[in-house]
Amino acid sequence: MTTQLTPVLSAIWDQEKSWTLDTYTKNGGYNALKKALATPPTDLIQAVKDSGLRGRGGAGFPTGMKWGFLPPDDGKPRYLVVNADESEPGTCKDIPTMLANPHALIEGVAITSFAIGSNHAFIYLRGEVVHVYRRLLQAVREAYEAGHLGQNIHGKGYNLELTVHAGAGAYICGEETALLDSLEGRRGQPRLKPPFPAVEGLYARPTVVNNVESIASVPAIVDKGVEWFTSMGTERSKGMGFFSLSGHVNKPGQYEAPLGITLRELLEYAGGIRDGHELKFWTPGGSSTPIFTAEHLDTPLDYESVGAAGSMLGTRALQIFDETTCVVRAVMRWTEFYKHESCGKCTPCREGTYWLTLILKRLENGEGTMADIQQLLDTCDSILGRAFCALGDGATSSITSSIKLFREEYEAHVTGAGCPFDHAASALFPYATASTVEVSA
Amino acid sequence: MTYDEGTLAQLTADAQQIIGRYPVARSALLPLLHLVQSVDGFVSPDGISFCADQLGLTDAEVSAVATFYTQYKRRPNGEYQVGVCTNTLCAIMGGDRIWDELSSHCGLRSGETSEDGQITLERIECNAACDYAPVMMVNWEFFDNQTPESAKQVVDDLRAGKDVTPTRGPSKVRTFKEVERVLAGFEDGLANEDQGAGGPTLAGLEAAKASGWKAEQA
Repeated sequence: MTTQLTPVLSAIWDQEKSWTLDTYTKNGGYNALKKALATPPTDLIQAVKDSGLRGRGGAGFPTGMKWGFLPPDDGKPRYLVVNADESEPGTCKDIPTMLANPHALIEGVAITSFAIGSNHAFIYLRGEVVHVYRRLLQAVREAYEAGHLGQNIHGKGYNLELTVHAGAGAYICGEETALLDSLEGRRGQPRLKPPFPAVEGLYARPTVVNNVESIASVPAIVDKGVEWFTSMGTERSKGMGFFSLSGHVNKPGQYEAPLGITLRELLEYAGGIRDGHELKFWTPGGSSTPIFTAEHLDTPLDYESVGAAGSMLGTRALQIFDETTCVVRAVMRWTEFYKHESCGKCTPCREGTYWLTLILKRLENGEGTMADIQQLLDTCDSILGRAFCALGDGATSSITSSIKLFREEYEAHVTGAGCPFDHAASALFPYATASTVEVSA
Repeated sequence: MTYDEGTLAQLTADAQQIIGRYPVARSALLPLLHLVQSVDGFVSPDGISFCADQLGLTDAEVSAVATFYTQYKRRPNGEYQVGVCTNTLCAIMGGDRIWDELSSHCGLRSGETSEDGQITLERIECNAACDYAPVMMVNWEFFDNQTPESAKQVVDDLRAGKDVTPTRGPSKVRTFKEVERVLAGFEDGLANEDQGAGGPTLAGLEAAKASGWKAEQA
């Protein structure tokens, strides 16, 4: 049976001025908030637990359980912080969500804050997307004016302030504790855990940090019910989510579907691999997840199945590369990214990503040796599980998985003294490889 | 600090508004640094002292934060920050070639600014628009599905003083300083400007509609 697409968050994206309060309200927006404010907070938390919603930011931790970790109310502040720092290479779902329908997120923020007893919430948006920030600022203002935020919301006596905060360019701030340090006006470096944010988060107060898509999914769960949500997905990976297809596919884009859909099915909707080419490798969940090949076309894209196949569902960022693509080049560029974004706090990540980049560059440039391939694996071994946060671990994923799957391609870079691929063949526009340009660093 | 009286008064009033958004003043530091860039075009020594004054921090504490984040510039930035994504996906789809041609066309390496102060060229990391690869950002507005020709045209138009329209965003790209003011959290009235949601953004919805599918109603 084919898995059908299930537009929920994206259902109104094609409507006139989809980002405005008017459009959202016409489509039933803020009904869920009304319902939620008439529901005991503990019941809301239980409903989200029962829905099986798991964190859509990559780690897949059960959202309701995260909310449940907050200690009992002591009368002092507690916070909700939305992680809108979407920066994992390949990941491009939260940005269109906030651009096309920011109110779904804001309604989710209001419901979640009410459920966990927070009176001040924050959306931490990466700074490099100014139009998204404009839309969020406007939507928050509209929500205040309509009485969905602010004092005495819907006349129910509940108060909530919502601050939308723009970051300033640092991938590490997607790590939840680094995000909190950044939101406190510091360098974005991860904190030692425990204490976890649920106990000591923002300003050392109990804090829930959730991804945009997780929070934006909450209104639909409250409005349509747990049974509706659990009717989608698999046994342990419930509901729908965005699958973001990019790269060598005919129709890249955002495909909202039940968890457990396969790449083969998604490719059918996306018009297949670009004409005349075939799938070589892909990431199931962004650059920090071990790569897959055509062997995994039928792997159900849920947390358990992807994990059992040796990778991670991550952010469902499916970056797709055809046979023209040099895997060493791809991995080298990801590794340069991790080196650039390593915050420098811990030695394995800071030094490891530096050396990995040097080795990969010399391999790609035809100056590597066979011993370099083993050195890559050894260096990865020195990082994985020894870094302070997940950034270091993520940096090793594409290297170890690609050597496992494409070792002969690495070796060909040594024996052939350089990259055997014509990079122009991978580009989406034609250009003559012979026409060189003066390359600047 | 060498700000004139009027500038300092405006900066101070804006800063108080920013600080008022947070339960703890120091949280205002990142938006304050954006605010400083909206006036000076970079994080100037004056700007660092200003932030330090406002928040009761030392200049060193402010500098330590400013130097951590790539959007804060340590030298006067061009009117237009042109960033070509050369992370893996975009690079392979053609971003590397776009970068090579654009860099050569402008005679600028990453981080350099043209002599006329118009263009700062930069290689950027993934900007969350992979379904529109290869991507370029100008003052943090989206220029999707670029080619070397389209990228060079954008830069030529900017240098010629022509209006340039992003593929997703407002009707024209605003200056670096104007955009930095938005990033400090001040609305500029452009939120409703739009060039359409974009094909890839709607691809899944359209495929679902073509098959008559929707998520079942409760």
